[in-house]
Amino acid sequence: MAEASHDVAHRHEPPKSFIRKYIFSLDHKVIGIQYILLALSAVIVGMLMSVLMRMNLSWPGTHWPIMGTLFPTGAPGGVMSAEFYLSLVTMHGTMMVFFVLTTAPQGGFGNYILPIQIGAEDMAFPFLNMMSFWVTFVGFLVLLLAIFAEGNATVGAWFTKLGESAWAGGSGTVGSIGGWTQYAPLSALGKVAGPGQGAGVTLWIISIAIFCVGSLLGALNFITTLLNMRTRGMSLMRMPLTCWAWFTTAVLALLSFPVLLGGGILLLLDRIAGTSFFIPGGEYVSGALIPNHAGGSPLLWQHLFWFFGHPEVYIAILPGMGATSHILSTFARKPIFGYRAMVFAIFAIGMLGFFVWGHHMFMSGMSPYSAVAFSILTLSIGVPSAIKTFNWIGTLWGAKIRFTTPMLFAIGFVSVFVAGGITGLVLGQTSLDFFFHDTYFVTAHFHLVMGVASIFGMFAATYFWFPKMFGRMMHEGMGKLHFWVTFVGVYAIFIPFHAMGMLGMPRRYSNFSEYEFLKNSHGLVLFVTVAAIVTVSIQLLFYFNFFWSMFKGKKATDNPWEATTLEWTIPSPPPHDNFAGVVPTVYHGPYEFSVPGAPRDFIMQTEPEGVEVTAGLGETSGNGGNGHKH
Amino acid sequence: MGRILAIAIWFITVASLWMFLSHRWWFPEAISEHGPRVDSQFAITILVCGIAFAAAQIGLGWTVWKYRDSADKQRATYSHGNNRLEVVWTIVTAVVFISLAVMGQRVWASLHLHAAPANAYRIEVVAQQFDWNFHYPGKDNLLGRTKPEMIDDATNPVGLDEADPNAKDDAQVKTLVVPANRPVELILESKDVTHSFWVPQLRFKQDLVPGMAIHVHFTANKVGKYELACAELCGMNHFKMKSYMLVLPENEFDELTALPNDKGQFLTRKDQLLAKYPLPTY
Amino acid sequence: MAATVTNTDRVIDAAIGGGGPRGRGGNGFRKNGGGHHEGDDFRFSPARYRVGVWVAIASIVMLFTALSSAYIVRSASSNDWTPLVLPKVLWLSSAFIVVSSITMEISRRSLKAQNNRGYRLWLTNTLMLGIGFVAAQLFAWRQLARQGVYMASNPHSSFFYLFTAAHGLHVLGGILALTYLLLRTRRKTDTVEGELKRVGAADAATVYWHFLDGLWICLFLLLFFWK
Repeated sequence: MAEASHDVAHRHEPPKSFIRKYIFSLDHKVIGIQYILLALSAVIVGMLMSVLMRMNLSWPGTHWPIMGTLFPTGAPGGVMSAEFYLSLVTMHGTMMVFFVLTTAPQGGFGNYILPIQIGAEDMAFPFLNMMSFWVTFVGFLVLLLAIFAEGNATVGAWFTKLGESAWAGGSGTVGSIGGWTQYAPLSALGKVAGPGQGAGVTLWIISIAIFCVGSLLGALNFITTLLNMRTRGMSLMRMPLTCWAWFTTAVLALLSFPVLLGGGILLLLDRIAGTSFFIPGGEYVSGALIPNHAGGSPLLWQHLFWFFGHPEVYIAILPGMGATSHILSTFARKPIFGYRAMVFAIFAIGMLGFFVWGHHMFMSGMSPYSAVAFSILTLSIGVPSAIKTFNWIGTLWGAKIRFTTPMLFAIGFVSVFVAGGITGLVLGQTSLDFFFHDTYFVTAHFHLVMGVASIFGMFAATYFWFPKMFGRMMHEGMGKLHFWVTFVGVYAIFIPFHAMGMLGMPRRYSNFSEYEFLKNSHGLVLFVTVAAIVTVSIQLLFYFNFFWSMFKGKKATDNPWEATTLEWTIPSPPPHDNFAGVVPTVYHGPYEFSVPGAPRDFIMQTEPEGVEVTAGLGETSGNGGNGHKH
Repeated sequence: MGRILAIAIWFITVASLWMFLSHRWWFPEAISEHGPRVDSQFAITILVCGIAFAAAQIGLGWTVWKYRDSADKQRATYSHGNNRLEVVWTIVTAVVFISLAVMGQRVWASLHLHAAPANAYRIEVVAQQFDWNFHYPGKDNLLGRTKPEMIDDATNPVGLDEADPNAKDDAQVKTLVVPANRPVELILESKDVTHSFWVPQLRFKQDLVPGMAIHVHFTANKVGKYELACAELCGMNHFKMKSYMLVLPENEFDELTALPNDKGQFLTRKDQLLAKYPLPTY
Repeated sequence: MAATVTNTDRVIDAAIGGGGPRGRGGNGFRKNGGGHHEGDDFRFSPARYRVGVWVAIASIVMLFTALSSAYIVRSASSNDWTPLVLPKVLWLSSAFIVVSSITMEISRRSLKAQNNRGYRLWLTNTLMLGIGFVAAQLFAWRQLARQGVYMASNPHSSFFYLFTAAHGLHVLGGILALTYLLLRTRRKTDTVEGELKRVGAADAATVYWHFLDGLWICLFLLLFFWK
């Protein structure tokens, strides 16, 4: 085999044109930032929607002049209609779950950091990587289009020309109104089932189907890269926990998104091709019998959706768990407590996550026997989560904690994850779900874990890796203020949700005034709204800090946090090919902090061998049975 | 910073625990035979949750207080963990969680893994956007056949087939009426989309799915009038898809359900009884 | 206890033991990390494409598993299940795709034996058979449409169209891949990396093509022989 000389130690030339550098870039770092910017945009839309929802619940019937101007059909005279409220519920959930929680943690930070942490130049398939972002972006645009197709009479009329039932638009809502879960047959029947069920749903399905494809392309890249492109000495058990988290997340995405895609295709066909996958016979809707549909099963939609939906929530949280482990260890100046157990827990959560989807369906009419099985499996999944929590606290025990902003958010993550996760013990039991299913108790649970813990993971990651990405530090003072208001704020918003659930308050109600049993909730509702407005407002400080620091932040060194992993061995920001053509060699595990006898209180993964490592304080090492090969 | 953080975490912990312990926002009173069993299972569970929540937050707060960085030259404790500790706390957690899980199946099993008792009174429930319809079997205790083609939202919302002799004495009204201390079997159906039957005091909820007829049973044991809400998003008026469940003493119930409805006799008497009983005070 | 450099030892072992297109393609499962064996550069290894295609296959399997479970559930959920009569042309399309797997395998082995002419010839044959497969499937659609059997006619026909469309789309993707490979054979690659990529891509495309064949057989059996 001839050894061609000119490609040994060949460095790939970085692109020159603006378009190839920043728009259609193949560089995983640029793509990672693109995903983060997409999430930063989507989260603004999601937050605005939630504030509108809170206003409607707190002061129903109020005339909001600006609403009347922007949404004359959905909020006539400035009063939000019920269908308008429900469309906010739907689009808030969709925007947040897909375009925030499934983009930034994995596609954003994962894309940027994973290749560097394993010592690679880029992802395995840079072209596919670029495609995964732009496909996701197109999905985002289609979802925005759904808002206009329903909300705007002109755009809506155009869509109605495509088909009276499935494409009917202009209802005045901001997209569809079936909830992000789009249960059939409400979502399958089309316009006849009510406003917002026309073009809004059809475009929603198309948007999500596109998103599925983008996500799958990303998952493919992550898995191949991690299996195939680790550098010399980077064994699987020397990888930072962030990499384990991104890997497991990618496997979950790989195996769950196709099921959502399949379900979405079936739903779309029911709407536009007259099939009956989810529509049973004998449907009598809005005063008329529906002919031409029979034999479908609404439960089938739920099974397909939740088979995806449950792994999806672990996709949302695992990267945050990885980042938290990583950041806690770094600023505690201590190895992560129980590295192996942490890896095992990540696997266990990932795997068990595929067997518990039925806990969303206890009351659905499915077999009560399978409900029992799902319930017991669901409570089992609490065990690896508990292990992780113990280990996080164990990492802080005996530590020497530096309270930087990323560390505050990582500690905050542990706190809110416990708060949100613990109520899983309640909701996972069939007997208790009689009361709590579809109440605000559920909303409390998933917001604390997804809407708070996951976001805290992202904040921690942002403050932590911003210096590496942009070569400048974010402002610490602003960061700390952001943390404090957000930390207290999110608890003020979501702990009261449990109380609302205890009263029996149902989800997805645009108004609580119809029922006597809800009359004691008004104080809670107002309290939450005030907390929400304050918490959402302080996020402006974060945005300001983020963009201002990009240009005006203090210049960052290569390793401002004195961390140990590979990304801190290269310049801030990194060169185009990360390691400037040099293949890094790894000699240690990722969390060698405070090693006795070492010159500094951290040993970088690339520091050569020669440091004596002794067992610490009579405890057995959690890092492997064959002695201290770090 | 570590001390302030610890204090903040502990304050939040105390406030959260207070919210539950004060019982200021709590379940409404249970009115079914299985209700108290649900409540006691919840009490056990929330106690475990509360202890775990408090322990974790206190532990977290304590570590950030005690181990905040100080100016001394001491390093952090170099430890990769403790396998024995891992095993112990994994086993303890698993035992507690699985025990809760198994205990949490008992009420479910008693309601769902056994058929309705033989003496249960059967009522057919037909939900629609945005109304509840209740079909009573009348004096012959037999529910008449229903067909979607016969539905007329104004006059015959459940689609009763008049050709069926069993349908002659049946009544269909918008209120659920059940006897106290006698098992009731509901046959849950929907005309259009998925709804959900929810009476908080009953401690019972069940989806109504188009294309299915779901049989459930329970026994209410406190006379009174209770609100019935829809608990599955069904469209824009989901928030006001409202009705009532009236729990009557045995004699009043027997008297009512013996009435036919060809001249609205059942409906009239039902409305009288509905007005007679007040809602609980909240 | 002295820390030994056993990891570096293993790297050197692997480098000696392997090399070239069929070398110990850094699969990275072993502790020595993957991908970097020969010299100080980020050398491409063909395992990358192989891992990638298997990962892609896993996700496509999940898609068809979801649709198949919907098929099975739907067949049991009501009494309107009347399976289509098997369109005869599907025997032809099945034959096309099975034979195309054989020709693809011959093509791959030719490349392995460095027989570029054979590689190109059998690749072309595979491509033709693949196009023939798609054409035969479309013909089956036309036949059914002429009999008045469309997507919404009955649940079995819905699934028939759905499965053949979904599978056919993936076959079109495979056809694109084969076309790309064919065009690439014209371009001379004179770099080691380029040659490794060419062989890796051909390998991966072959695995994908065999998968599409196997998938069609499963769908064919499910649609017409499962009871």
